[in-house]
Amino acid sequence: MNDIVDVLIIGAGASGAAVAWSLAETKMRILCLEQGDWVKPGDYPANGRDWEARLWSDFALHPNLRAAEADYPVNDANSAMKIVNFNGVGGGTILYSAHFPRFHPSDFRVRSLDGVAEDWPIDYATLAPFFAENDRMMGVAGLAGDPSGPKREPPMPPLPLGRTGERYARKMNKFGWHWWPSFTAIATTDYDGRAACINLGHCTPGCAQGAKASVDITYWPRAIRAGVELRTRCRVREITTNAQGMASGAIYYDANGVGTPRILLNSASSRFPDGLAHSSGLVGKNLMLHPWPQVLGYVDDELDGDHGPMMVLCSKQFYETDPARDFLRSYMLALTRVTGPVNEAVTSAAAGRLPWGAAHHRVFRRLNRHRLVIGIGCEDLPEVHNQVTLDPDLEDSNGIPAPRIDYTISENSRRMMDHAIARAEEILETAGASNIFTSRTVLNTPGHLLGTARMGDDPARSVVNAWGRSHDVKNLFIVDGSILGTSGGVNPTATIQALALYIADQMKRRLANLFD
Amino acid sequence: MDSDALTDNEIDDLRCVAGLMVPASDEYGVPGADDAIIFTDILGSLGRDVAAVQTALAALTLVADARIARIEFPQREAIAAAYRGAGGPGPATLERVILRCYYRDDRVVRALGDEPQPPLPRGRTVEQGDWSLLDPVRRRAPMWRDTPIK
Repeated sequence: MNDIVDVLIIGAGASGAAVAWSLAETKMRILCLEQGDWVKPGDYPANGRDWEARLWSDFALHPNLRAAEADYPVNDANSAMKIVNFNGVGGGTILYSAHFPRFHPSDFRVRSLDGVAEDWPIDYATLAPFFAENDRMMGVAGLAGDPSGPKREPPMPPLPLGRTGERYARKMNKFGWHWWPSFTAIATTDYDGRAACINLGHCTPGCAQGAKASVDITYWPRAIRAGVELRTRCRVREITTNAQGMASGAIYYDANGVGTPRILLNSASSRFPDGLAHSSGLVGKNLMLHPWPQVLGYVDDELDGDHGPMMVLCSKQFYETDPARDFLRSYMLALTRVTGPVNEAVTSAAAGRLPWGAAHHRVFRRLNRHRLVIGIGCEDLPEVHNQVTLDPDLEDSNGIPAPRIDYTISENSRRMMDHAIARAEEILETAGASNIFTSRTVLNTPGHLLGTARMGDDPARSVVNAWGRSHDVKNLFIVDGSILGTSGGVNPTATIQALALYIADQMKRRLANLFD
Repeated sequence: MDSDALTDNEIDDLRCVAGLMVPASDEYGVPGADDAIIFTDILGSLGRDVAAVQTALAALTLVADARIARIEFPQREAIAAAYRGAGGPGPATLERVILRCYYRDDRVVRALGDEPQPPLPRGRTVEQGDWSLLDPVRRRAPMWRDTPIK
């Protein structure tokens, strides 16, 4: 392709869509290349009777298992956690729970407050207006007044508590611990052309109804109407540079903490022999995957099961660092509904809870719709040895080298996980749950790929500056989860998108000297 | 048909395992996983799992020292229990391919109190719940650390 464009965006995911929409008002010629395709409403599993089974095939969260044409393989054999992504218009917002918490102000000041990692070059207050704008654009449901964070006024009321939420809430109140209805990017009223959620339940592998805010139905239609061109099934091999060391066109990069370093490292050239934007040596380093233990148990009463979105309540009781604990930084508790009968049967059989033989039916009826699950979002800190590199042997279907992940969970994270798991077990025991089962790491959860091209003021210690521009290549911008300096202890999509809108705003303000 | 890769013997063994895993129950009014309709769904849905199922059945044959379908009750149950108890990917594969079809059968779904239909288009109802439970939390003081503007 030899088309001349003003702006080339690689990837049509959460932040690429936000950047495209924001920049559209400049009337520049903007083109986005996406290696996957559009997902049509009829494609989603919730349309068919095999809706649960497809989580193990074409809507699997792990790209190696899903193995779609648009997917590239990932060697994660040497990783304590597995990779989750989606390659198509909407990116990760197709396969996410739509849990939409924000990073806390303290998450931007980890060095100043807690003496770990490095402070971000921007702060919460800088992002605040973009958080709010993104809430409006995505359509966020929730409740104002949460004492665990700065003021937030979502445009729609929260998801219902249901039987499951009530059960959790009574027990959290017994402890005197914080809980709040989860902020979710799910329409609870008719909103911006989307109908209110009718509780299909199976949110993570895509919302057939369109109540869940994926960017293919939020940002992209607006961006395209404003003149942005989006081409699908266009895979990018590398970014080329010219004699001035500039990318051969302004590039705005939206992939993730794995896809971004993969292309930058694949873009090595005589000018940039170790990879593009890599003078700091930090491209691919400091990978953060968010250890996410799960604790589950079963109560006597029948609960919501898979009726309704998974997200119910969120607790930030232990979110801020407490010097009395034996770890720094901390975690969020996500008190959730569960998936359906097939998932209950398959996972309980695998765990040995569900027997074979005559007892199968009796036991299954004690499990199905009786499960409570607490997911624990742990902040893992950046560590150079957790990294993405190019695998020497593995390639995608176009012969492009695939990524290799090397990742271990730190001692600080392990102590954090121990503390959190003990609290979750207390909650479930107090809720009257039995058969309590803990998974320290859960296959295919959560899929947050962060930190491998981090932002900062010092070119020796970061890949991009405070507004997403590469220190090395003045017309290359990275606008995705890879630029996060730390991971917080919450789902990152709201923060990644607010950051994308902020960076797009900075670019518009600096158009006259953007590449100086 | 996806199950073409399974031999007749493998199909017999898989059906035998399905019946051992989830037998029919008069008490609960449900068929077993070896029911003709359900097993047809299982075979037709193997897809990318065919090779893993073959490996799992071969491992079971090794444990049993014979094909499971050729072994009489109750020895058949004891062998299946030993095979499952040893763990590993084999039993988990068989459980996944059998249970994902069993728990979408119309009769089974109805017996569990659900309607045999996909979530779309009707959706489901979720109760609002008691929002007064939030009152003590609303009264809490701010609990986050504010930070000075840089």
